[in-house]
Amino acid sequence: MTNDEILSKLQEAFPQVEFQVQTEETKNFTVIVPAERLVDVATYLRDHLKFDYLSNLASVDYPERFEVVYHLYSMKRGGGVLVLKVLLPDREKPEVDSVTPIWPGANYQEREVYDLMGISFNGHPDLRRIMLWDGFPGHPLRKDFENRTYTFKELEPTRPKPPDW
Amino acid sequence: MFEDEKIPVEEIDRKILVTSVDWIYNWGRQYSMWPVMFGLACCAFEMIGASTARYDIARFGMEFYRPSPRHADLMILAGTITHKMAPQVKRIWEQMPEPKYCLAMGSCAISGGIFKSYAVLQGADEILPVDVYVPGCPPRPEALFDGILKIHRMVRAQSVKGVSWYGKEGSSSRRGASRDE
Amino acid sequence: MGPQHPSTHGVFRMILTLDGETVVDLKPMFGYLHRGLEKTSEERTYLQAVPFTDRLDYICSMTNNFAYAVAVERLADIEVPPRAEYIRVIMGELTRLINHMLGIGFLFNELGAWYTPVVYAFRERERIMDLFEMASGSRMMCNYIRPGGVAADLPEEFLPHLKKLIPHLKRFVAEIRFYLSENEIFRARSVGVGFLPADMAVANSITGPVLRASGVTYDVRRAEPYSIYDEFEFDIPTQVEGDVYARYAQRLDEMDESLKILSQAVERLPDGEYTSKVPSRLRPPKGESYARIEAPKGELGFYLVSDGSPNPYRWRNRPPSLINLSALREMCLGHKVADVVVIYGSIDVTLADIDR
Repeated sequence: MTNDEILSKLQEAFPQVEFQVQTEETKNFTVIVPAERLVDVATYLRDHLKFDYLSNLASVDYPERFEVVYHLYSMKRGGGVLVLKVLLPDREKPEVDSVTPIWPGANYQEREVYDLMGISFNGHPDLRRIMLWDGFPGHPLRKDFENRTYTFKELEPTRPKPPDW
Repeated sequence: MFEDEKIPVEEIDRKILVTSVDWIYNWGRQYSMWPVMFGLACCAFEMIGASTARYDIARFGMEFYRPSPRHADLMILAGTITHKMAPQVKRIWEQMPEPKYCLAMGSCAISGGIFKSYAVLQGADEILPVDVYVPGCPPRPEALFDGILKIHRMVRAQSVKGVSWYGKEGSSSRRGASRDE
Repeated sequence: MGPQHPSTHGVFRMILTLDGETVVDLKPMFGYLHRGLEKTSEERTYLQAVPFTDRLDYICSMTNNFAYAVAVERLADIEVPPRAEYIRVIMGELTRLINHMLGIGFLFNELGAWYTPVVYAFRERERIMDLFEMASGSRMMCNYIRPGGVAADLPEEFLPHLKKLIPHLKRFVAEIRFYLSENEIFRARSVGVGFLPADMAVANSITGPVLRASGVTYDVRRAEPYSIYDEFEFDIPTQVEGDVYARYAQRLDEMDESLKILSQAVERLPDGEYTSKVPSRLRPPKGESYARIEAPKGELGFYLVSDGSPNPYRWRNRPPSLINLSALREMCLGHKVADVVVIYGSIDVTLADIDR
């Protein structure tokens, strides 16, 4: 299946959605999906177009928006990558639907995005911070977080007290 | 006995019994130190490599890595200490019985290494007293042995009189706590 | 099962809910080795970030460098000379051998054969690390495969040494098979333990030997060939059962295939340049790239976003070990505590790869 066929099938299945394609800038076949239709599009991709393997879930912090990027492959059909992007212009409280019910491999990756970038995922079974602890001040991967070193005493008040290590 | 300890003749009468006891006490301790198994990151693999067939750590009596800190006397801190892990390191150190020694292996344990970031503790001596520093990233097993021999030399130079459990002259723990206190 | 534990391959913590000795629930807790690599690499240039990739999965530093180099080359359209490609493949397959040897050795450590298989595995690992030291100057953190090629040419004594080592390693793999495969205790403790069905493996994005031991034939070297892997002849072994024994057998088969690729690469190594000219303050054009390779633990990917400056705007690596643990809970339910350790050991993770 070529990229154009995939795009035309998607457009047929969701006629009211406008898909933007970003292939020249990014060198991969990239489709931008509006945030509110993400779960429907993802379910269609998994069930009808056989994209059963979610390889990577990343988030990028641009000056005016957040972006969540999904890299999808098809193990059954083979072929190249399909990159889905979701743009989140709300910088105060960014949130998007979770794809963990569709591809369970996204579980830990979404928790990591929540931890390090601050984007919440609605419908995630267990959204907790994964790499840092709950009291850690801030979300490190955002561009406005300064990468400085802390001493042990500075972070002492933010730690959970035993027995909740 | 050892060239680095010159005992003046007039002190021999006073000290001869204590030095024999010292010598046996230190000999017993240094040649069968048991490290607590605390490999955190990459340096752990050089530490394990030091205990395998080519670089044999058993010749120093240390092949027995103890999982429980209650049985160990040496903590080889091998790897990066992150802020999330730091309280656990301190807890394990406090569970080890005296006399105990600490060897910071690798650049990350000494001063944070190449990771100058929000999540890494910049050196183990913020939380516990380190005796010997072994630099490298990761240090070769031979470098680790050099550090172990320095610990042996330290143990040899100690006296029974200086430990807290011996008699009335004993002082409290032979060195202070961490660098900040 | 706390972060300081003899069998957790590093600082990993699991909270188990037990009913007697049987596991009812399992919650893994990560982050004890989170070093903030992604944030720190954004402040460095592309070339300065190569030593950080060494420390990602510290047993296999060469393949981490390889993945990063492929990603940067795709981003900036850099050509790699053929000799460098062959050298990269040789180093990659040697790393795969080291990793599988250690994986099997530590699996037996979990089973209770305290340290003896590890010592055998380390004996061979030392021989391969001698080769790495000849080529790159360092045993573990090699920092050798850079974007554009490799850091330095192979010294003269490398190839004769490697040619003598390949038959020796073949005998070693046969030795492991002979001693360990038919061992009754091992078979009793591993056959039927930790079963992972194929559809659950694909849905959980599991890759690498764990996926192929469950019956799915998917290898990035064949699915999306990178470097010159399409010029070599090798099979992709799979097993059917999907339990701990199958993962062990899968690693042994993959070691055989790696030795095949190594022999072919050594025959055909061409002369020529070992690197193409890449400026040290590389400024790739604006864009992004995602490159993935078949690392020994699974599929290692790098997602790089560039905005034209010498520092990467976003540097993300897709960790094989973290994602391979997605199904740990399902694999362990209903088993005893001792089996949990064995199942975890058979997935073969490295904590630095999980936590970065």
